[in-house]
Amino acid sequence: MIEMQNLSFGYSGGEPLLADMSLSLPPGSFHFLTGPSGSGKTTFLRLCYADLLPTAGKMLAFGQDVTELSRDGIAALRRRVGVVHQDTQFLDHLPVAENIAMPLIVSGEAVDMPALGDLLSWVQLTNHSRTMPPALSGGERQRAALARAVIMSPDLIIADEPTGNLDWDMSMRLLQLLVELNRSGKTVLFATHDLNMIRAAKQQVQTRVLRIAGKRLQLAGADL
Amino acid sequence: MKRPDLKSLDFAALWRGLTRPDVAGTDRVVPPTGFTAQLTLFSAAAMAFLAVFALALALATGRLAERWSTELAQTVTVRISAPPDQIDDQTVTVMEVLKTTPGIAQSKLLPDTDVEKLLEPWFGPDVPVEALPVPRLVEVTEAAEGFDAEALRLRLQGEAPGAVLDDHTRWREPLVSAANRLRVLGLISLLLIGATAGAMITLAAKASLAANGQVIKVLRLIGARDITIATAFVRRFTRRAAIGAAAGTVLGMGAIWLLPAADEAGAFLTGLGFQGWGWLWPLLIPLASAVIGFVATRWASLKMLREVR
Repeated sequence: MIEMQNLSFGYSGGEPLLADMSLSLPPGSFHFLTGPSGSGKTTFLRLCYADLLPTAGKMLAFGQDVTELSRDGIAALRRRVGVVHQDTQFLDHLPVAENIAMPLIVSGEAVDMPALGDLLSWVQLTNHSRTMPPALSGGERQRAALARAVIMSPDLIIADEPTGNLDWDMSMRLLQLLVELNRSGKTVLFATHDLNMIRAAKQQVQTRVLRIAGKRLQLAGADL
Repeated sequence: MKRPDLKSLDFAALWRGLTRPDVAGTDRVVPPTGFTAQLTLFSAAAMAFLAVFALALALATGRLAERWSTELAQTVTVRISAPPDQIDDQTVTVMEVLKTTPGIAQSKLLPDTDVEKLLEPWFGPDVPVEALPVPRLVEVTEAAEGFDAEALRLRLQGEAPGAVLDDHTRWREPLVSAANRLRVLGLISLLLIGATAGAMITLAAKASLAANGQVIKVLRLIGARDITIATAFVRRFTRRAAIGAAAGTVLGMGAIWLLPAADEAGAFLTGLGFQGWGWLWPLLIPLASAVIGFVATRWASLKMLREVR
């Protein structure tokens, strides 16, 4: 699904932030990505959905070399990847339901209203379908972002510290949703520095933990 | 990394997106922007208003140049200035000469009343023209095959020394040239107005795009193609340009319609307007404005989108 071969990346041609990384994310896997602040977790994830391109090495997404993709090709790649950020952005002039349906709208696909209702119910936002995004709480925003990330039924879900601003209960709720997605066959890549979160997940689903340290990617934990 | 593949942008898809109703609500991805909307509407209306006048100028001067260069080219005048005791004889001689000159269709001695009319603007209605040494004028209409002006001039010189052939070239040519230049200026004005409208719409579109940078980023993140994002902006600005231009055109046509009717006394100024089918020309202005809006916004959108991954 995602394959990196001796990948390196540095901003504006400077010193590499990430160096010589090799990784293969198999379909249906659940990976955590950890590392200290500033280690390059977000950069790593941005490389996965071609928001950044490697400065050296090779990066394959769904079998395609991302450096060979056209702009439309990158757009097509992103429709197969659902992304949830810590500071998720919405179109603030549109209500929550329309924001969640936005990937379908911009892809020119019809919005299945009952399915959208089910999705809103799944993330427990049924009562907020007409609410404008700025009026949502942190947890509600993250759940709305998750719903938007999965509405296209993507193959890969990338979550970049989605629980960073949430309390423990809300974090667990979000984790539960991601675990459910993984059980339904979706590949999940979850960046966090919360070890308790990783422990909680390990009790429910088989996970692997990746760690960025010293610019390099390592397998961490008991399953090394 | 390949260069951004802008050539793959489908113009046909863009046109379809522009002309077909937005059932999916894709246009709603761009938040309403009051200021740029009003700016675009106002600019398009003002430019269309000016374009109507530039068009009217170009058409009127075109008509004028054509009239001067065709109608007047067909006529020449013979002016007879002679002492009172010779003028009648010389007039008879001139009329004979003209009758026998090949290439002249008709010659007509202007009656005193017509000469008075010609002099009226300078001397007023009550001046006794008969008391003035006014030359006699013979209006000559050229036949299709034309005549040898130089030969006629020499013949008149020999047979009626007081007669002077005036083929109007001396004053007609600079007037035709001036009218033609005015027409060119009118057309250049139209082009400048179009370019200015394009620049204004581009600036408004760029302001809107810059204000919506975050929206564009979100849309790219969720997999929107450039064409989808661009179309949302293009549709909006093209419509504003067309609506604003339509309003400006209507106002401009109204102002032209309210100008005094063309008459001989007013000459050129009262002829500044549209005639007959010419009233249809300004209707192209909103269409041209829509095309300018489409091209300008498309260019600005794609340039801006190229900077967002």
